[in-house]
Amino acid sequence: MPGNPLPDAEQLLTALIEQMRPAVGPDTGLIGIHTGGVWVAERVHQALKPKTPAAALDVSYYRDDYAARGLHRDVKRSEIPFEVEGRDLILVDDVLYTGRTIRAALNELFDYGRPASVRLAALVDRGGRQLPIAAQFIGATLALRPGQNIALKRDAKGRLSLDLREEKR
Amino acid sequence: MWLHPSNPQLDKKGQLHHLLTLEGLPAEILWQILDTAKTFVGTKVKKVPLLRGKSVFNVFFEPSTRTRTTFEIAAKRLSADVINLNVTVSSQSKGESLLDTVDNLSAMHADMFVVRHGASGAPHFIARHVAPDIHVINAGDGRHSHPTQGLLDMYTIRHYKKDFSNLRVAIVGDVLHSRVARSQIHALATLGCPEIRVIGPKTLLPAHVEQLGVHVFHDMRQGLKDVDVVTMLRLQNERMQGALLPSAQEFYKYYGLTDDKLALAKPDAIVLHPGPMNRGVEIDSSVADGKQSVILPQVTFGIAIRMAVMSIMAGNK
Repeated sequence: MPGNPLPDAEQLLTALIEQMRPAVGPDTGLIGIHTGGVWVAERVHQALKPKTPAAALDVSYYRDDYAARGLHRDVKRSEIPFEVEGRDLILVDDVLYTGRTIRAALNELFDYGRPASVRLAALVDRGGRQLPIAAQFIGATLALRPGQNIALKRDAKGRLSLDLREEKR
Repeated sequence: MWLHPSNPQLDKKGQLHHLLTLEGLPAEILWQILDTAKTFVGTKVKKVPLLRGKSVFNVFFEPSTRTRTTFEIAAKRLSADVINLNVTVSSQSKGESLLDTVDNLSAMHADMFVVRHGASGAPHFIARHVAPDIHVINAGDGRHSHPTQGLLDMYTIRHYKKDFSNLRVAIVGDVLHSRVARSQIHALATLGCPEIRVIGPKTLLPAHVEQLGVHVFHDMRQGLKDVDVVTMLRLQNERMQGALLPSAQEFYKYYGLTDDKLALAKPDAIVLHPGPMNRGVEIDSSVADGKQSVILPQVTFGIAIRMAVMSIMAGNK
């Protein structure tokens, strides 16, 4: 997008962490959604240092587009190294769009137990929701056209950046 | 034709549509199945909703307990509906043809057939006949192939040995009648195992077996020297016609895996057996229950492998 460069992911991350700081206690469970959300959750965890270890969720087996798109080529194992039952949780994703990933993540989470609460943090909210889902913590809101996609990237040093892709029609 | 022109297991995009044999299956697909299976091992949540509303028909024309049960568990853990058909005691004995049976089951809205048959090639025949949206998994056909067993053996070897590129693997016993051995040999070769040995008496090895790229041994003590993996095969009395062996006792003496023979393999060698075991025929109890045996983990990994195969296939259009 000439004249409208994407924001710096590292700056968004800092802003997100500051928003989340009052909400993250020692027992809060941070759960990143594969793959970009896991990177963001790890960084939030490093910054806010809750006692509870960070968790990673791969929602491939819960997606509603499996019948149309098949299984994701590179499924990871979900790792939740703490008790979900009765805990305050924050789901962390990189880009919030239709809300379908979050729906899948909630379904998967409830197979582990009944959390006390679940909130949602997203580095970028790009609008376009198809479900009644909203994030409580947002790094930035961006207006994108339907054919545009942003993805989070991580370089060898662990630095995060955003990448804009135009979908081929 | 909507299937791949040179490989009837793959669709036109080269994705897995049926699983009939490991022969000729690209390494990329084998790795995808092994990697996907890993996500199902040791998870807290046993059941996922992936195949909800799908019907998996276990159609067994030959008796089986372990394979049928693990397919059933795998399908149920993916939330599919499972229908078990023991055709040996049903329509076939009343004279129905194989394709009529399959047509009838298709009319009951099957999404997937898991087929075991005594005749080599039967699952392939069914796969060519069914509608394009139905998937077929071979659960063992005659002496030909048992791909999910081969895959779970590869999973087990990878789990304990991490990597195939430095391994020496021995396959011991009744190779002639074994669909498991054929599946293992094809998979090991595709995954880059540099040395595959087959060990057995001449009467129980297929003619020209060395053309599969394996080293042939008739003396078990020579063949087991310094191997990393020993996979034992069941002596298949039910498939033997005529006297291929003087006696089970004599077979045990020369080709039964005992502690003293296993001592010739590497100290950290693992022992596999596809089951069911004939204790005191091809394997001694002290080995089967010993520290190097991974026979029970094989069964557990078998469920994950079957879940992986079903979840990859059912998503491919």
